[in-house]
Amino acid sequence: MNYHWNWRIFWEAAPDGTGTYLDTLVSGLLWTLATALTAWIMALALGLVIGTVRTLPNKWLARLANAYVEVFRNVPLLVQMFLWYFVAPEVLPQAAGDWIKSLPNASFVTAVLCLGFFTSSRVAVQVSTGIAALPRGQKMAGTALGLTLGQTYRYVLLPMAARVILPPLTSEFLNIIKNSSVALTIGVVELTASARAIQEFSFQVFEAFTAATLIYVVVNIGVVYLMHRLEKKVAIPGFIVAGAASGGH
Amino acid sequence: MKTSKYVAALFSLSLLSTATLVHADDDGGTLAKIKKSGLITLGVRDGSVPFSYLDDKQQYQGYSIELCMKVVTALQKHLGMSELKVTMNPVTSANRIPLMANGTIDLECGSTTNNLERQQQVAFAPTMFVVANRLMAKKSSNIHTLADMKGKTLVATAGTSTLKQMTILNKEQNLGMNIIVGKDHPESFLMMETGRAAAEANDDILLAAQRANAKNPGEYEITSEALSVEPYGIMMRKGDPAFKKVVDDALVRFYKSGEDVQRLYYKWFMSPIPPKGINMRFPMPPQLQAVLAKPTDSGDPAAYAAVPEAQKAAAKKK
Repeated sequence: MNYHWNWRIFWEAAPDGTGTYLDTLVSGLLWTLATALTAWIMALALGLVIGTVRTLPNKWLARLANAYVEVFRNVPLLVQMFLWYFVAPEVLPQAAGDWIKSLPNASFVTAVLCLGFFTSSRVAVQVSTGIAALPRGQKMAGTALGLTLGQTYRYVLLPMAARVILPPLTSEFLNIIKNSSVALTIGVVELTASARAIQEFSFQVFEAFTAATLIYVVVNIGVVYLMHRLEKKVAIPGFIVAGAASGGH
Repeated sequence: MKTSKYVAALFSLSLLSTATLVHADDDGGTLAKIKKSGLITLGVRDGSVPFSYLDDKQQYQGYSIELCMKVVTALQKHLGMSELKVTMNPVTSANRIPLMANGTIDLECGSTTNNLERQQQVAFAPTMFVVANRLMAKKSSNIHTLADMKGKTLVATAGTSTLKQMTILNKEQNLGMNIIVGKDHPESFLMMETGRAAAEANDDILLAAQRANAKNPGEYEITSEALSVEPYGIMMRKGDPAFKKVVDDALVRFYKSGEDVQRLYYKWFMSPIPPKGINMRFPMPPQLQAVLAKPTDSGDPAAYAAVPEAQKAAAKKK
């Protein structure tokens, strides 16, 4: 390899006048976190609702929710980004489209919406599997106690399902952080885009992407750690213990 | 104590890279490699019209590629080879450096800006083109200078020197522009075309190419105000003076030929080019005329023309 390594590159002034290349990376990291976290909140809220609806006795509602899931789950994320950013404003009435295009931070908002919808479909599937994984008797017991359907979900099924699906939700959380890099295609200068900018300005491509990789790993390890703490904190003794095969009916 | 483990890992990684670096130079350079393999690999772009692109017959061609072929002929003569095979290897702006560093490509024939920062990593052949940053907008939006952009939305491509310059100018001149970023040049154009941005800032030659390719070329106007000067060069590995000398000599000889280089320029920038027969209509800029008469591989814009105020401001900021 004929490559001139320069790890000090991060302390050199970046040509965009905002500070050093390290600042470029930090700013990218902040955009990554902002995009991923906002979209994650949206995905959790939507996913919880849609996922619950999928398990309701009402066939039509469940079908509608299924359709939602299939649409957002089966179209590639990259394509969805393009559709939201370039196609959606064009199919709206001219005035509405122009208004959307002139919004400040339009690409950030679009990226959050797109990531939020995409991930919500995945969260929804997990929520429904979480509910389906509970013993059938739980729901019957709720009804036998005189709880309404809403109360059974609120006090019996959802609290248990949430604990069941915490580990796969952790994976989704990690996914949304990594998937936020797709937002660079619509102009959000997040971590990957910052690494690309560094390589473009300085030609120090390996340093830039090594740094970005390490940052992603550190952030994701942090998420794994926090989610693990959360899992422990909300665990109910005797209910779901990691690895224990609790009996069904 | 976990942190120290990570630091140690990072440290050994950099040690490892230093080790590979030391190893790199004992292979006798690019000339020996070409002689031994009977093969030279050119890094080419698939959409850098008219410098280096793929045409309708799946052939790579363009201004830079023709220049590289002159170099290839000179190399063959220099090495006394009866046959020198040429392979075209498509590269992108993201992978051209790794591919050059690991020896996959020997020359990059695209539209790469030569500047002092990049010269820390690679070497450039004598400048083959000089561009300026300009704006392109729809004629209907009445934008003729940067000042007209006050408070409007501007698009530039991610990771380009144009983007950095616009960011600085925006602050410096208090323009209050909302600068948005396109992932690549076609996307930047798309943003301007669909009205997400009032104007696109880019190298003038790229703007001319985009305009020539547009559905309705008459709809767009490129401003006459030059915001910067930037040389383009053929890129090669750094620290290989023997190879660079052959490349440089071949190009300088061609540049000084006068008529031949004019003909080559006319072919790519002033006449219809394949595949769609578009015409760039881009007369040779005076800075290019000057550098062809007095070839240089300098990465300093001041070597090419009086540096526009806007660019000086940007350079000061560093």
